[in-house]
Amino acid sequence: MADDLVNVTIDGMPVSVPKGTPIIEAAKQAGVLVPHYCYHPSLPSPAVCRMCLVEVEKAPKLMPACVTTVTEGQVVHVNSASAKKAREGVLELLLINHPLDCPICDQAGECELQDYVFQEGRSGTRYSEYAKRYNPVEDFGPDVLYVPNRCILCTRCVRFMDDVAGTPVLNVSERGDRAYIGISEQQTLDHPWSGNVVDLCPVGSLLSKDFLHKARAWDLDKSASVCPGCTQGCNINIDTRDDVVVRIRPRPNLEVNRHFICDEGRMNYRWMNRGDRIEAPLVRDGGRHIATDWDTALARLEQVLRGASGPAVVLASGRASTESLGLVRRLVDRFEVTAAVQVPLGDEAPLPGIPNLALRRERAPNLAGAELLGYTRHWEAALQRTPSAAVVIVLDADLTGADEAALAAAPGAVIVLGTVFAEALRNAELVLPVTSMAEENGTYVNRDQRLQRYQQAKSQPGMARPAWWIAGEVLAGPGPSAEAPSTAADAFLLLGERWPVFAGLSHGDLGYTGRVLRGAPELALSGSDGGGR
Amino acid sequence: MGYPHPSHPKETVVLSQYFGDPEARGYDGWVKRGGYVALRKALGMTRDAIIEEVKASGLRGRGGAGFPTGLKWSFMPKEVTRPHYLVCNADESEPGTFKDREIMRWTPHAMIEGCAIAAYAIGAERCYIYIRGEFTDPLRIVSAAVEEAYAHGALGADAFGSGKRIDMVLHRGAGAYICGEETAMMNSIEGKRGNPRIKPPFPAAAGLFGMPTTINNVETLTAVPHILNRGAAWYKGLCLGNPKSTGTKLISICGHVQRPGNYEVTMGTPLKDILYDMAGGPKPGRTFKAVIPGGSSVPIMTREEAEAALFDYEGIVEKGSMLGSAGMIVMDDTTDMVYQIWRLARFYAHESCAQCTQCREGTAWTTKILERILAGKGKQEDFQLLLDLSENMTGKTICVLSDSCAAPVVSGIQKFRSEFEAYIAGAREPALAAV
Amino acid sequence: MSAHSTQGGRDTHTAPHEPVFTGDTRARLERLFALYPTKQACLLPALWMVQEVRGWISESAIGEVAEVLDLTPAYVKGVVTFYTMYHTHPVGRHFIQVCTTSPCNICGAEDVVKALLQATGCGELGATSPDGRFTVIEVECLGACGFATPILVDDDFIESVTPDTVPGILLRYP
Repeated sequence: MADDLVNVTIDGMPVSVPKGTPIIEAAKQAGVLVPHYCYHPSLPSPAVCRMCLVEVEKAPKLMPACVTTVTEGQVVHVNSASAKKAREGVLELLLINHPLDCPICDQAGECELQDYVFQEGRSGTRYSEYAKRYNPVEDFGPDVLYVPNRCILCTRCVRFMDDVAGTPVLNVSERGDRAYIGISEQQTLDHPWSGNVVDLCPVGSLLSKDFLHKARAWDLDKSASVCPGCTQGCNINIDTRDDVVVRIRPRPNLEVNRHFICDEGRMNYRWMNRGDRIEAPLVRDGGRHIATDWDTALARLEQVLRGASGPAVVLASGRASTESLGLVRRLVDRFEVTAAVQVPLGDEAPLPGIPNLALRRERAPNLAGAELLGYTRHWEAALQRTPSAAVVIVLDADLTGADEAALAAAPGAVIVLGTVFAEALRNAELVLPVTSMAEENGTYVNRDQRLQRYQQAKSQPGMARPAWWIAGEVLAGPGPSAEAPSTAADAFLLLGERWPVFAGLSHGDLGYTGRVLRGAPELALSGSDGGGR
Repeated sequence: MGYPHPSHPKETVVLSQYFGDPEARGYDGWVKRGGYVALRKALGMTRDAIIEEVKASGLRGRGGAGFPTGLKWSFMPKEVTRPHYLVCNADESEPGTFKDREIMRWTPHAMIEGCAIAAYAIGAERCYIYIRGEFTDPLRIVSAAVEEAYAHGALGADAFGSGKRIDMVLHRGAGAYICGEETAMMNSIEGKRGNPRIKPPFPAAAGLFGMPTTINNVETLTAVPHILNRGAAWYKGLCLGNPKSTGTKLISICGHVQRPGNYEVTMGTPLKDILYDMAGGPKPGRTFKAVIPGGSSVPIMTREEAEAALFDYEGIVEKGSMLGSAGMIVMDDTTDMVYQIWRLARFYAHESCAQCTQCREGTAWTTKILERILAGKGKQEDFQLLLDLSENMTGKTICVLSDSCAAPVVSGIQKFRSEFEAYIAGAREPALAAV
Repeated sequence: MSAHSTQGGRDTHTAPHEPVFTGDTRARLERLFALYPTKQACLLPALWMVQEVRGWISESAIGEVAEVLDLTPAYVKGVVTFYTMYHTHPVGRHFIQVCTTSPCNICGAEDVVKALLQATGCGELGATSPDGRFTVIEVECLGACGFATPILVDDDFIESVTPDTVPGILLRYP
């Protein structure tokens, strides 16, 4: 509503924002960053760091921008002399006890203390003849280390555990300049979402043991992606160094995960670096497989499909992209198809302070996408069909035990599009190397029917290609005039014709935060806001 | 009265009349001395009428802020749709101040009666009396007095048969000066660390347990029954200086005076009279050097400034300081000003709650700089450094503890610079061992 | 944090924790619940009760208080360490607090401290005397500035202490 908007001027730039907006958020709209530490858009604001003090005309004192709401006609100066002096003062005070650890501190290169001091701090210290406060490093829990000497007491970590995770595990202990972040020996920091305190910490005080001393921030390449852990679809950044994934961090998406990811998603990336990958297309030759080139392999695939008739079974990984699932499904259009997507189950772990955010039971990032494309969750039933199937396509599914036995007994042609070779695939006609989600562009649909893009984070091993490329080549037919998609975006465009829910959309429409699909049916899901299963 | 000394003729004895009189402690003794008449009267008045009377009297907060009391009460919602609370601030911890302790240990029922009237006036059915943990005698005495008040029907579900409920709960503090700050006090009652809150929201809108709350100092509340008994005009008439400062004030005078104690004066009394006539002036052979009039959190006054001041809110401001809690610390010519300023900085550094960067780190750094100066390792640059620090610590934090640390430092350098210079130049023996 | 090398590491309790909130103490706590709208608000009074019964507040006592008030141990610990009157380690049989803030400081408070440290045998601030009888600490303004120097011995508030009156005072505390 127009009358709910307030007009203010920030550093000369006029902006209109909803009533109740704090100046620090209004400033973002004006393209002005108000330096801050304790403020965070997903945490309650205590206004304790005092970095965000800004000059507001007609106000007697500098006002904290994080808790002062806009009023009509307000004129704010973020970069006036008095505001800058106040910030310089805060920075000086933060540095007096802060150790000169940059050369050995993980946070270097992505440290907000470094950034602001460089931008507007003093160039030298006046605290030269005094001892700095010293406390030893603490082990807070499975992944988190606390370095008290570097702590600036912004209390983001305490507020996250108290108000967002809902479990007070961290406290501020003692008083005055003796204060530090404390934990009780009767508790440990093992909450399923506790890793977020490391991201929240503006400095190198809370550290991830997993990432400790692993890589320098400036050596990392960052790719925007979506967590492949469960149906929540949290937005992440995949950090790589020299083409090896070294860290997963949350990427802000106010509609999905706000600023957080769970520890499972955070820690579950080592599989992206597996070296034991299928690197070349393999075709069966008698009792063994031989490596070949793509043309030969694709021709063989086309031949196998042409020569078979009857039932077809598709067994797909829950991590397969929408593009791959769709085009692979179309490959077997003329068969009687049973298509299933693999959904491992685990325990749910909600983040109570954020609505509709949890580690979901269904550990399959594209379950919703798969179901929209005609795949079901009935894995066992699909496996039981394999002995009578003419064609079985395995799309990077994880096969063990009973699944293996069922597959080994399949008389029809088994076509594997996979990342890792498994014993069960001994009898496969073709074993074609595909990229993992970290090695391709693609999309997932999350449990709320939000279609989100993920970007390639590392290069594919050997001759691996995305599964949609393989299917696309076969569908388009041989020859130079074939119209096979050469990008994931092109592959996506081929889905709309067959599945109207994707019609009229393109990758370009999705931006960095995705888009909810219109006309998509509600998913039957377990968890706090879904039906039981 | 100048308890523990006899009353001085220049005093106006109202609140302190019965200091030193053990019989005034008990309910019956208090009633004999005119107690609980005002409460009965109040219970027959409307809330608005009481608030108007207190407004008209000109009573201002006696804890240190000097905010008009009637106005503060009027901020409470007119309609009681959620529980209202009154909090009686008995956390007296401001260095130099020791008046509330006397009120509590000699005339606890005066305070209870004041609290009861205030609670009723603001629509509160419950009053929390927050007494600092170290005040073991007042805790015991007030607790017994509250029990007596209940037994005699002054408190409870049906106070004096009025149909109104007035309950009082004693809450013991546990050693934190900052809990005397009204929002920190509310957090402390709620079972939290005593961290001051950001305002807005203000207590009258969302205070204790998120409900409308008024916090008043012991002395402020103790004046209320007198105002109801003798009328606002009487209280307003007790004024020798600026008309905005009315009534009497208990001055806790301590340090190098002959007769330290609590003196009760009419607002606007010349400070000279208080220092020399009532408190007896300096010890033999000495002269006064400095006076910190408002508890320690205000600028230090020189003897000349103090002698020229009228004792009321405006009069002290005119001479460059603040009345605050009127805990008057008097220092004579034997005092090492640098040492005492260091000791005060150490006090603030110890009491900082640790929320705001400027206070948490600034009070400690200030202390360290002064320590080095006292250890003979000071430098000329330290002056500018202390002044810069003090400027950084003023007007930039959630509460005024850091401003309070800066005040003696800035005024100390301004008015007693030569003492600092003497240490820096090595002309004075170090007072502390090198750190 | 100089007294703590690891958080909570001081309480090397080998014996199981004996609950504080039983019998009369429990009854007192229950009566408190009626005086505050939340259990959390009973925290400071509950901690005082623990200190009354046990003399100090151990890590396991923190756990018990947390359980009884539906709070976490970490939360309770954050509160305990904020307020200086709660002891987080055992102290002498008699705990002596001496005010040395400026108003008392200029009236000889530091001499009173020295006299006490010597007469008790503690030697230094915060230490317990070899016979376990006393611990002496400096505290900030005790609110009796006109009666310099005031001290607290356990719950006894004693005014106008001087080095001369120290021995006589200590005799009252075996």
